[in-house]
Amino acid sequence: MIPITATAEHTATDTVPVHFKLRKLHSLFGIIPVGLFLIEHLSVNSLAATAGGERVFNAAVGVLRGLPYLIVIEILFIMIPILFHGVYGVFVTTEASVNTGAYRYGRNWMYVIQRVTGLFTFIFVVVHLWNFRIASMINPDLHVTFDLVRQHLAVTWVMVFYIAGVLASVFHFANGIWNFCVSWGITIGPRAQRASAWACAAVGLALSFIGVNALLAFVGKALIISI
Amino acid sequence: MANEKSIILKIQRQPGPDKASFWETFEIPYRKNMNVISALMEIQANPVNAQNKRTTPVAWECSCLEEVCGACSMRINGRTQQACSALIDELEHPIVLQPMAKFPVVRDLHVDRSRMFEDLKRVRAWIDIDGTHAAGPGPLISPHRQALMYILSRCMTCGCCLDACPQVNSRSPFIGPSAISQARLFNMHPTGAMHKDLRLRALMGPGGVTDCGNAQNCIHACPKNIPLTDSIADICRQTTRLALFGSLRK
Ligand code: SF4
Ligand code: SF4
Ligand code: FES
Repeated sequence: MIPITATAEHTATDTVPVHFKLRKLHSLFGIIPVGLFLIEHLSVNSLAATAGGERVFNAAVGVLRGLPYLIVIEILFIMIPILFHGVYGVFVTTEASVNTGAYRYGRNWMYVIQRVTGLFTFIFVVVHLWNFRIASMINPDLHVTFDLVRQHLAVTWVMVFYIAGVLASVFHFANGIWNFCVSWGITIGPRAQRASAWACAAVGLALSFIGVNALLAFVGKALIISI
Repeated sequence: MANEKSIILKIQRQPGPDKASFWETFEIPYRKNMNVISALMEIQANPVNAQNKRTTPVAWECSCLEEVCGACSMRINGRTQQACSALIDELEHPIVLQPMAKFPVVRDLHVDRSRMFEDLKRVRAWIDIDGTHAAGPGPLISPHRQALMYILSRCMTCGCCLDACPQVNSRSPFIGPSAISQARLFNMHPTGAMHKDLRLRALMGPGGVTDCGNAQNCIHACPKNIPLTDSIADICRQTTRLALFGSLRK
């Protein structure tokens, strides 16, 4: 006879498992605040691709640097979420395997690319932070300006590395929104998931374009200059 | 015999659980309407390999022979499906047979799927009835809901979806899509819903529904056309709701 008293088991398991909290936090952080920060970052970069170019970009960087409580904002809303998302993400990746040879479906490829771009973005962010943020912390005379970025990006392989970094992080973000919608139970059926796939693709393409265009603008090769 | 058609089978064999695996090729005479099981029976009747050497017969598992028991799942040309419904005429040749890779091999193509039974127990994939007295007729279920429940109930614990899932492997504790889908089924039942939270909590721990990577191979691999990705997302919704609003009620 199976007892119907679920109460004992209930009280024993009445809290949300830590594992669940970690996975959900990992998923949430990818969008808020990390994804939003990515949008903000690429938008500020895009000031380089305006008629004002250098002057406007430097002014914006100046404003950002002058924000009150900047260090708190940076640590709380940027550093900790990125670090958690990145480190936990690497751990999640260790549980993956690849079988796109036998199962050649689009989603299976996205699953693999999501992990590859995640790992690459992790490396890219570390290098990028080291080059700019950490470098200017170590050396207070070093200011992140249009000119400093231009010098960096003038080297072809650095430019290639940055374009790859922008594309990888944008893909990871856009496809991440799609994953987020599934794993929070927002999109359930195939129709809803297809619709969100189109929306995420649009976000991804738009961000890829503005991200790459901004990089090119630093070396005077922008595809579009907005006035 | 010489002018008759024949079939080549390349089989990954393993004499026992801890033994090394090796490949053996067989050539068997072609008959009309053969399936992989009847080809294996041919080898069983005459265990001689393509080099004309006598060997041990190849072991496999099967029961219903009509794709309802799930016992005969194996990798056929790299993809997992039922051997009994895999028609020789529709397969690419030579035919490559391997045991499913996500389960311990017992012998040759026979694997031990008992983890799936444990997983079903873990998600309480049954409806609690104490049976001491007549409880009367249960609550009504709408035909629409019945139709979906029927589809979900067709799972035969065959393991195809687990074998196709990249998140199910020796490095990961992921429970896999079928048990998640069964939790959805029993949560849909009005009586089963009384233990809804227990099923959900079981799927919120390590290896639970959060560990799905949305590769969606499972839905393509399932021979019963069970909407596994819907089930996963639905359980995602149920667990999210329980975590958010369950704790806010306390
Ligand atoms: S959707 Fe999830 S359960 Fe299905 S194959 Fe992909 S990772 Fe596995
Ligand atoms: S869900 Fe489909 S593939 Fe998975 S065990 Fe059940 S019947 Fe087999
Ligand atoms: S023998 Fe039952 S499914 Fe193949």
